[in-house]
Amino acid sequence: MDIHEYQAKEILHRFGVAIPDGALAYSPEQAAYRAREMGGTRWIVKAQVHAGGRGKAGGVKICSSEHEIQDATNEMFGRRLVTHQTGAEGKGIYRIYVEAAVPFEREIYLGFVLDRSSQRVMIVASSEGGMEIEEISATRPESIVRSTVEPAVGLQEFQAREIAFALKIPTDMIQQMVRTLQGCYRAFTELDATMVEINPLVITADRRILALDAKMTFDTNALFRHPAIAELRDKSQEDPRESRAADRGLSYIGLSGNIGCIVNGAGLAMATMDTIKLAGGEPANFLDIGGGATPERVAKAFRLVNSDENVQAILVNIFAGINRCDWVAEGVVQALQANPVDVPVVVRLAGTNVEEGLKILAKSGLPIIRATSLMEAADRAVSAWKNDKTQNTRMRIVK
Amino acid sequence: MSIFLDRNTPVIIQGITGRMAQFHAKEMLDYGTNLVGGVVPGKAGETVHGVPVFDTVKQAVEATGAEASLVFVPPPFAADSIMEAADGGIRYCVCITDGIPAQDMIRVKRYMMRYPKEKRMVLTGPNCAGTISPGKSLVGIMPGHIYLPGHVGIVGRSGTLGYEAAQQLKDRGIGVSTSVGIGGDPINGSSFRDILEQFEKDPDTHIVCLIGEIGGPQEAEAAAWIQENMTKPVVAYIAGLTAPKGRTMGHAGAIISAFGESASEKVEILTAAGVTVAENPSVIGETIARVLNAA
Repeated sequence: MDIHEYQAKEILHRFGVAIPDGALAYSPEQAAYRAREMGGTRWIVKAQVHAGGRGKAGGVKICSSEHEIQDATNEMFGRRLVTHQTGAEGKGIYRIYVEAAVPFEREIYLGFVLDRSSQRVMIVASSEGGMEIEEISATRPESIVRSTVEPAVGLQEFQAREIAFALKIPTDMIQQMVRTLQGCYRAFTELDATMVEINPLVITADRRILALDAKMTFDTNALFRHPAIAELRDKSQEDPRESRAADRGLSYIGLSGNIGCIVNGAGLAMATMDTIKLAGGEPANFLDIGGGATPERVAKAFRLVNSDENVQAILVNIFAGINRCDWVAEGVVQALQANPVDVPVVVRLAGTNVEEGLKILAKSGLPIIRATSLMEAADRAVSAWKNDKTQNTRMRIVK
Repeated sequence: MSIFLDRNTPVIIQGITGRMAQFHAKEMLDYGTNLVGGVVPGKAGETVHGVPVFDTVKQAVEATGAEASLVFVPPPFAADSIMEAADGGIRYCVCITDGIPAQDMIRVKRYMMRYPKEKRMVLTGPNCAGTISPGKSLVGIMPGHIYLPGHVGIVGRSGTLGYEAAQQLKDRGIGVSTSVGIGGDPINGSSFRDILEQFEKDPDTHIVCLIGEIGGPQEAEAAAWIQENMTKPVVAYIAGLTAPKGRTMGHAGAIISAFGESASEKVEILTAAGVTVAENPSVIGETIARVLNAA
């Protein structure tokens, strides 16, 4: 789960990481007022969206007067910010963070991630902050320092010092850097984060180490023990289809194709998407309804997939194990009778009692296209989608 | 032979009194698994399908001689149960639970390191369908009848995609020595490499089917190990060619975040290591049959 920059800064500040003065605004007037409250002569206004690359996309502006702040934020509020991470639809700007501009001398990159090779928390840092880590590793790989943390004892001072020296932090500021690193590590582990990123972490003209930007991602599996973090979820930053699915306990990712997918199991769902692509189509979504594939879940899945206007055919691929195919087939028939869909539906069942399942589909009288292998199902879904498209075009011409 | 589980391996279920656990306990007994007991704190003295329930793993091991355990405990308590199994003398543990916090798994892995290697429990999962040695023992939630006994070792992250492979093999009359689910989580008990090492040593396994997906370094690590050490042929399928970067695809671990983690990169790395890669999931069985015939 992602949170906003200002929230990440508040959290990290509680763990001893220094941040510039700043305040949140919900309107241009409030933004200007926040700047006046804060004092100073230069401020940065930053659109709070769950995505990186805000600066280049026009979501970060430097202002030198309350007037400029009002103008700049007036343009941002309500707009959708499109960055290289958001996709074409962008993310809505409903909150803006106003921060005191701080002159700095050096930028550092600092990241904490779950390292899957060592199966521990890894610190990734670079003396070349300000650009994205992908860019740093492509252009200045030698500047990257990596260090994994022994989970039984946590991040020790010597280890933090080693990182600080490797980043060539001035000697009189090493202790500040150690405090920053240990604070981030504690925030990461105590709050079950999966990522903490400060980019840039800067050394200011007056010899302070400050987090100018901050990003935190949390382990959704651990939110049960962090209710205050769970409260920070901002649905305005989510794809509405994905929010709806998550609220119904389904794992859904919206994509840009036309063939909706309903599958049990994440691996099989990905494999189904790949096969659709191989057959010449484009999947409209990833959807894992869970290993069990109960009739209720099948029905929910149909409603969800059919609510996507781009969907022009639906492919159901269920490998029924313990839940037999005949039972799953009943679920599909009931779901389609209760929620009729106006696009072709291809159903592929495999596993226990597959013949009985197919019989139930045939007997229902519903125009379900049946398939036995996954490849066949994908081929049929793609050709059904293509035929359907030409029919639609014809209807439009007749009109 | 097979790996991890044999006809006589005594098995317990941690969390056996839960509704789903009771259901699968019955399925396992029907399959012929040597299920000898269960563990649920505070429920000692009860029985489930005729097998006794104990308060602690240590008591269960002492009374039944259990060697393997299936963890069927809700996510907030699952890590604790795995550590209890590791400390209680269990040799092989399968954790089905989906949704264990990653930090808990880091702690579990660290805890297991306190035992010397020869005494250290092997963990597979969490978030997997379990392990089956067809015709001998089923420890998990998979439908047993889709597996024929035989000589193909299956190791995969995904449950239903593993079923798909087993069913395709069965349709061709090809059987399985052992099928192991390593699960879809980013921090897991055993990696592909760990399981490949077991299959390489197992005389009953003649060929291995590796079912991977996007995210994480374990397929690439497996490829390096295969190239250096594996004498048996390996057939692989990697799911997620169409997955967008930076999005978690259902499994907590299925997210492309670094080089070598996309499906196309994994296919390339495995192919370079001499692995035969099936280009789509419908031809996994066919590809294994072809490689077996050529061998």
